[in-house]
Formats: sequence, C-alpha cells, structure tokens
Amino acid sequence: MRHVVIVALFVLTMTFLVYTGLNALNPLPTQAATQAVVVDRMFHLEFIAIAFLFSLITVPLVYSLIVFRRRPGDTGVGRHIEGNIKLELLWTIIPLITVIAFSYMGAQALGDTLRVDPQALQVKVTGFQWAWRFEYPDYGITSNALYLPVNRQVLLRLESPDVIHSFWVPEFRVKQDVVPGRETQLRITPTTIGEYTVRCAELCGVSHAYMRSPVVVVSQEDFDAWVAEKQEESTEATGPDAGRGQKLYETLGCKACHSVDGSEGVGPTWKGLFGSEVELDDGSVVVADEAFLAESIREPGAAIVAGFAEGTMPSYALEESQIADLIAFIESLK
Amino acid sequence: MKKILSIGLVRGLVFQMIGTLIGALLVTAVRAAMGLSAFSARTFGFTEPAWVFGGFVGVLAFVYGTRVLDDWIAWARGEDTPEHREDEPGWRKYFSPSLDHKVIGIQYTVTSLLLLSVGGLFALIFRTELAASGLQFLSLKMYNTLMSLHGIIMIVSILLGIAGVMNYLVPLMIGAPDMAFPRLNAFSFWVAPPAAVLLLSSLALGGFDTGWTGYPPLSARAPLGMQMFFLGVWVAGWSSILGALNLIATVLRMRAKGMTAFRMPIFVWAAVATSLIALTATQLIGLSFQLVMFQRLFGMGFFDPAKGGNPILFQHLFWFYSHPAVYVFVLPGLGLISELLPVFVRKPLFGYRWVAMSSLGIALVGFLVWAHHMFTSGMNEYLRVPFMYSTLLVAVPTGVKFFSWVATLWEGKIELPTPMLFTLGAIVAFLMGGLSGPPNAIVATDLHLHDTYFIVGHFHDTMFGGYIFPFFAAIYYWFPKATGRRLNEKLGKWHFWLMTPSFLVLTMGMMRIGLLGMRRRIADYDPALGFDLTHTVLTVAAFLIAISVLIFFYNIYITLRKGEVVTGNVWNSRSPEWQVPSPMPAHNYDRPIEVVGEPYDYSLPDAPYVRFAE
Ligand code: HEC
Ligand SMILES: [Cu+2]
Ligand SMILES: [Cu+2]
Repeated sequence: MRHVVIVALFVLTMTFLVYTGLNALNPLPTQAATQAVVVDRMFHLEFIAIAFLFSLITVPLVYSLIVFRRRPGDTGVGRHIEGNIKLELLWTIIPLITVIAFSYMGAQALGDTLRVDPQALQVKVTGFQWAWRFEYPDYGITSNALYLPVNRQVLLRLESPDVIHSFWVPEFRVKQDVVPGRETQLRITPTTIGEYTVRCAELCGVSHAYMRSPVVVVSQEDFDAWVAEKQEESTEATGPDAGRGQKLYETLGCKACHSVDGSEGVGPTWKGLFGSEVELDDGSVVVADEAFLAESIREPGAAIVAGFAEGTMPSYALEESQIADLIAFIESLK
Repeated sequence: MKKILSIGLVRGLVFQMIGTLIGALLVTAVRAAMGLSAFSARTFGFTEPAWVFGGFVGVLAFVYGTRVLDDWIAWARGEDTPEHREDEPGWRKYFSPSLDHKVIGIQYTVTSLLLLSVGGLFALIFRTELAASGLQFLSLKMYNTLMSLHGIIMIVSILLGIAGVMNYLVPLMIGAPDMAFPRLNAFSFWVAPPAAVLLLSSLALGGFDTGWTGYPPLSARAPLGMQMFFLGVWVAGWSSILGALNLIATVLRMRAKGMTAFRMPIFVWAAVATSLIALTATQLIGLSFQLVMFQRLFGMGFFDPAKGGNPILFQHLFWFYSHPAVYVFVLPGLGLISELLPVFVRKPLFGYRWVAMSSLGIALVGFLVWAHHMFTSGMNEYLRVPFMYSTLLVAVPTGVKFFSWVATLWEGKIELPTPMLFTLGAIVAFLMGGLSGPPNAIVATDLHLHDTYFIVGHFHDTMFGGYIFPFFAAIYYWFPKATGRRLNEKLGKWHFWLMTPSFLVLTMGMMRIGLLGMRRRIADYDPALGFDLTHTVLTVAAFLIAISVLIFFYNIYITLRKGEVVTGNVWNSRSPEWQVPSPMPAHNYDRPIEVVGEPYDYSLPDAPYVRFAE
C-alpha cells in the first residue's frame, strides 16, 4: 500500500511536469484562423491525457525497476498474483468511458471547424502537378497567390485535373485533399493578417516537395485594392506578353524541368526552341511553331519529344491567354 | 557448377531470370502478331505488359526451380513420396527447401534481417539527404523511389520476421512435431524471395514515386517500377495468407494433451490473432493493387474519374487491409512482451485471460477502423465520426496490455539481461506510439496532423515498439535454443543502450517538426521553416541506430564462431521448448508432452507447466 501511495504522488507530479514541458516547447505553429482555435483546444485536452497516461505507465514501471529489482544473492521468486478481476474491469471501463468522451468532444470540434457562413467568399482552387491556382468567380480574377480578407470566412472549392493533392496551411490547421473528378471543400476564417504558405500535403509525384504557393491575409480594404488591381491587369492584358510569360514560367514550376539557357534538364531547354525543328519519339520531325507549342502545353501526352519520357511533363489547366504569354516568352529566348 | 545448382535458392534465381525472359518474349511475340508495338525504349526494351507477365512467370519459375513443388507434382502424378525428408547437415539446408518448421523459421528470420538491412540502408541514404534543406545528392525521383521502397521493404521484412518467429516458436510451444502442413509451410516461405527480387527490381526499372500506399491516379501514371512493386506485394501476400492458414490449423489441431485454450503460452494467442487478420485481410491489398495493374495494362478505369472510376474507392480497399496489417505487425511483438516479462520477473503474467482476449479484441476492432487514414480524403463527411469512435476504441484493449505489463512487474524480482532490456524498451517505445495515436484518431486534430512527419514519428514508434524491439528480444532470448550458443551480453547491452535513446530522439524529433508543419514524403523542405538543425539531429540518430544494429550483426557472427555454449534452460523458463537440450532436435520432442499446470506460475517453483510422458 505504501508503494501505491508513493507511486500515485509521483504520477501526479510527473503529469504536471510533462504537461508544462509540452506547453513550454511551443508545440504548435501560430494560430491564424478560427478553425485553428477549435483544433488547438482539442490538442490541449489531448496533451493533458497524454501527460497523464505517460506518467501512469512510466512511473510505476521505473519505480518497479528500482524497488523490485532482484538484489545480488536473492534467489527468491516474485509474489504470486495471477490477476485481479476488479482492477481489470476498472482499467477496461474507465478507458472506455474516456475514449467515448474524447470521441464526442472530437466530433463537436469537427463540427465547429465545418461551421458555415452563408456570406463566405468563394475561391475556386485548382491544385495541379505542381502548383496552385486560385480563381475568384465573384470578381472574375485569377491569381497564383491566395489573397484573403481577414475575419471573413472563405469557402475553398478544390479541384484537381491530374492526381490527388492536399491543401494545407499549418497556421490554419485544417487540411483537405484535392481529388480529381470531384469537388472537395474547405472552410477557413483567417484571423491574423500576414503571409503564409499553402503546401501540398499529399504525395503527388516528383516535385511534390515544391508544390507551394503564397497565402496572404490582408485587411478588407487591402483586399479590395488587390482585387481592383487584378481586374485592371486582366483588362489591360491585351495580347501575349513575354514578361508575364516569364513570371508564369517561374511560378508554375516550368522552371523545374525546362532551362532557358540551353542547359540540360528533365525536359528540353527552351533556348532557341521557337521555330526550330523538333524530332518526336515516333521519328517524325515538326517545326516548333505556335500551334505545336500550344498543343504541347495543353496536352503534353499528344506528342513526345525524342529522348524524353512520356508522362513526365505535367498537364496544366492553363487559360489560353496564359499559354499565349508562355509562348511569347519562349519566342523571346533566341 | 553442378554443386552450386543443387542449392535451391540459386536454382530458383536462375529459373526466375529465365522465366521472366520467356514470359516477356511470349507477350512480345503475341503483341507483334497482333500488330501492336512489340518493344518500347521508354520501358527498358520490353513493353509494360511483357514485363509484368514476365515478372509473373519468373515467380512461378523460381518456385518451381527451388523444387519446393516436387512432392505435390509427384502426388498429382499419382506417385508417393516419403512423409519426412531429412535435411542435409550444416548450413546448406538453409538454402534449399526444408520441411522442418525450425529451418523454415530461421530461413524467414534471416531473410527478414537481410531485407531489414536493405530497407534500413535506403532510409539512411534519404535521411542523409534530409540532413539539410536543399537537394544534396539525390534527385527528386530517386528520393521518392528510395522512400517508397524503404516503406514496402520494411513491411515485407516485418511480415517475414513475424512469420519466422511464429514458425519457429509456435509448434515448439504447443508441443507439436511440426506445422500442420509442412509442404505448404515451405511453399509459403519460398514465394517470398522472388517477391523481394521483384520489389528491388523496381529500382532498376524506373522506380516509382507514390510511397508504399500506391494511390491512383498517381500510381496509374508512375514509371514501370510501379508495376514491379504491385506484383511484388501481390506475390508476397500469398506467403502471408498461406502462412496464416497453416498456423491457425496448427494451433487448432496439434496442441499437446491438456493444453486448453487458456493454458496456451500467450504468444500463441497473439500468433492466432495475427493470423486471423492476415488470412482474411491480405486479399484486399493484393486486389486493390491488382486493379491498378489492370487499369494500367488494359485501360480498365476502376479508379480513373475520366472513365467513371473513383480514386477514393482504392483507398478504402487498400486501407481495409493496410490498417489491420499494422496489427499483424505488432500483435506478435506484444505477445512476445507478455511472454518474456514473467520469465524475468519470476511471477505470473497479470490477468492472462484478459491479455489473451485483448489480442483478439484488437484484431476484431482493427477491422472497423480503416477509414481513419482518410479523414481528409474527401470521402463522405459523416463517415468520419463513426470511424473516430471505432478507432479510439482500439485504445481500450491496448491499454489492457499496458496495465497488465506494469502489474506484472509490480512486486516481482526483476532481472535485466539483454532480452529483458529489449522487452522493456518495447514497452516504452510502444507507449510512445500508443500515446501519439489518439491525436490522429480524433478527426479535429488529425486535420492538422494527417500526412505530416508527426504520423511518421507515430508509426515508427509503433513499429519499433511492436516489432523491432520485441523481435530483437526474441532473438537474444531464443538464440541459444536455435544454435546452442548464447549471444554476448556485453555487446547486447551496447546494442540496446545505443539504439534506445537514439530511437527516442529520432521519433520525438519527427513528431515535433511534424506538429510544426513538416510534411511527410518530401525530398526537400523550406529552410524558412527552421527545421535544418532538427533534421541534422535526426540523421545522426538514424546513424547511431544503424551502428547499434551493426553491433548486433557482429554479435551474431562472433557468437556463432566462438560464443558461450549453452545447452540447458538458460533463462530458467517454464515453456516446454526449454525443457529439452539445445539446439532443438530435428523432430522436436521425442516423448509427447502433457500440460499439467499454468504457463506462468513462476512464483510457484513446485508447480510445473508441462510433463513428458513416460
Ligand atoms: C516535370 C518536368 C516538367 C515540367 C514541370 C514542365 N515540363 Fe514541359 N516538358 C517536360 C518534358 C520531359 C518534355 C518532353 C516530353 C514531351 O514532349 O512531353 C516537355 C515538353 C514541353 C514542350 C515541348 C517542347 C519541345 O521541345 O518541343 C513544351 C512547349 C513544354 N514542355 C512547356 C512547358 C510549360 C509551359 C511548363 C510550365 C507550365 C512545363 N513545360 C513544365 C517536362 C516538364
Ligand atoms: Cu503534392
Ligand atoms: Cu490505421
């Protein structure tokens, strides 16, 4: 009995120490959305349970190793205890109640992260190998960065043209896969102005590690200004522009495979590509004119350049104007 | 030459090569006759269908080549063969089919250790790559391939390892002369090496970049290596299913007189629970992979949304096996913990029946939780809540085990030789895994944790605690039984004290950066996240683990050459296999065993567990 009391005291102390220790380590990223608040509250309940259970097992374990170790010269045996029905029932029923309670709270928390604001801003998010694109149907604009007004719920409608991706901004906590052939949704209410990064969390092929885009949370005024600027840009955008094409080259990730200085890469270099003769893997030769390049970008599988592997070049759901910009950029690389 | 070719393994490998070639040529000829393209530069000469069919024929040829089918072929012809086949003396018997469960057990275990080394080597390579941000020496593609192969090779290694331990121990523990179906047993082992060859061949055939989960549509577009991976797992599945069938039959039919269900050694309970899962769930992973293979080969759009398929369906099929599979990996290990604790504490296992039932409980509930891997997948939203309840329910029987272990230690006479150290290490490691589990099971927090390094840390904890530590404990403990020599204690302690802290640092570090935003399965990370230092520490920890395992291999080598010879009951165990001299004779017990007491009454020295019939 004396042993039990000592161990119980140690367990309580240890629980306290482990829990404070965990908190002192700042285990979670900054909290920047109402959904994150809900998730973190759940995390803290779990930390308490973890601290307690950790102590409940390790303390008597270490205590036994010290107190009940076989001392030199002792040839005796342990005390004959086969079990104890009451104890066994106890440590089945109490955990059972605990896990049901945690499931219940977990379901409540999940519900809270899904709470719908009918006024939510809608953004259509396309995740593709290996970048993100954001469309604002209410404003008719498209962007490579996700701009969000602070304290307003946004409904992300996620789509993928190729493989599964996953939308995750650690500061917002919640995460949702992007599945080809269907739309998935995620609701986020950012609460802190700042710059974050959305990173793809589901392995989606070679350049998965680099599939990320900026997420910028701004005040409502700044958001309105950004929208206006974007709208102007898109009306100005008359005719293809090599400068915009170069930006796309960098932001869309073409850069990962295509060089612009003639050096070798995963894909053919773009230097001197425009107007040159290209040999395809079926032996035919074509001229890399505008039509061929546009087709290559739209449908990479349609014609394969000799010496390169089919299926490497990802298909991007690009708009015609973006393709035109890219081709203008390629054309500028003599 | 003739002498070398008389070795089953060598013949098998030669046959596999020839078989692969014949299969591939056959398909190529048919394709040419049909006017389809016969060769492809993109897929290393042969077309993809040719490679896949070749790989399949290669496996059949391997198995045929080893002569493990010979008895069955003879029977089909109406010929008789002798009931027993005596093995060659010495080491050669391990390289050819044997019908002795102990030889097969060692074959499994050694193959498992080999694959463990290969998988571990892959991990070290990409762990080194991760030591700093930026790409050091691996390409993105190579990283993905190594990471994916590490996963699947370790899984196969674990499956073979538990098959090894179960094969060796279960017949001995229940007092049987062998497994119920010795030829099936040999067959189950001999399909594993060609499967391993297939898996490794994916490295040479373009690799694959999907992780061991092989989710389509990514896996439907991946390089040819993907198919070799699918086929390899598919074949390895046979080993698992047939081995499980055999084990269940053995335990049901061949127990010694007096060995009622609740007088079986607790490890046997765990082995049965594991085998029940392996027998009934493995089909699903084989099938889900087969469906993707067919999608690639024949354009069947099972998981292709453009053809009306559903990528999420794959995840359901895949996890319906792959979740229970983790219990296949850990239940035997947890059984070993329960088996070894009483020996070194000299008192009974606390609540034996409840512990036995908890294994079955875990096996049962384990079937109802698969979708917890899919909380963010976009499956029907309301499904997430019931799967959270069922998943957390697993904590109850798991908790029962922990409480029983601690209660077993309580008021014992604890000794700490190497096997006991590893048993205690297993408890601590599995505790870390167990405690980091519920946050993933609770949907709200899993929305943050899913697909992060936290998960990686969590399952390495469960795999080390549920398999690696107990597996080493078992090797240290039963090595004298198998070889008549005892592993060096001093080296064993080095192994333990180097591995355990490194391992704890490794997984806790993984969990920490996972919580902070480190994704899993990435070749490179943003230096702005500030994870460089932690990753360096993790890499160092990984190398220390590797060094500790090298010490273990050295220990085996040196012990086999000149280790302490022990033929008696080294650990003063009550289990029947220790009541006869080591190494174990060929047909186990020369006199039948009768069970006359409880298995774990270590605190009652005058009440034996088994008696030999006069
Ligand atoms: C993962 C590597 C990769 C990325 C990223 C990539 N490509 Fe490619 N690309 C290839 C490969 C490989 C080929 C050659 C095989 C083929 O024709 O499909 C190719 C071919 C092309 C061609 C035809 C070139 C020729 O020489 O005829 C064009 C045009 C092209 N890509 C444009 C793009 C654009 C625009 C982007 C970015 C939006 C991009 N690629 C991103 C790998 C890539
Ligand atoms: Cu990705
Ligand atoms: Cu699971």
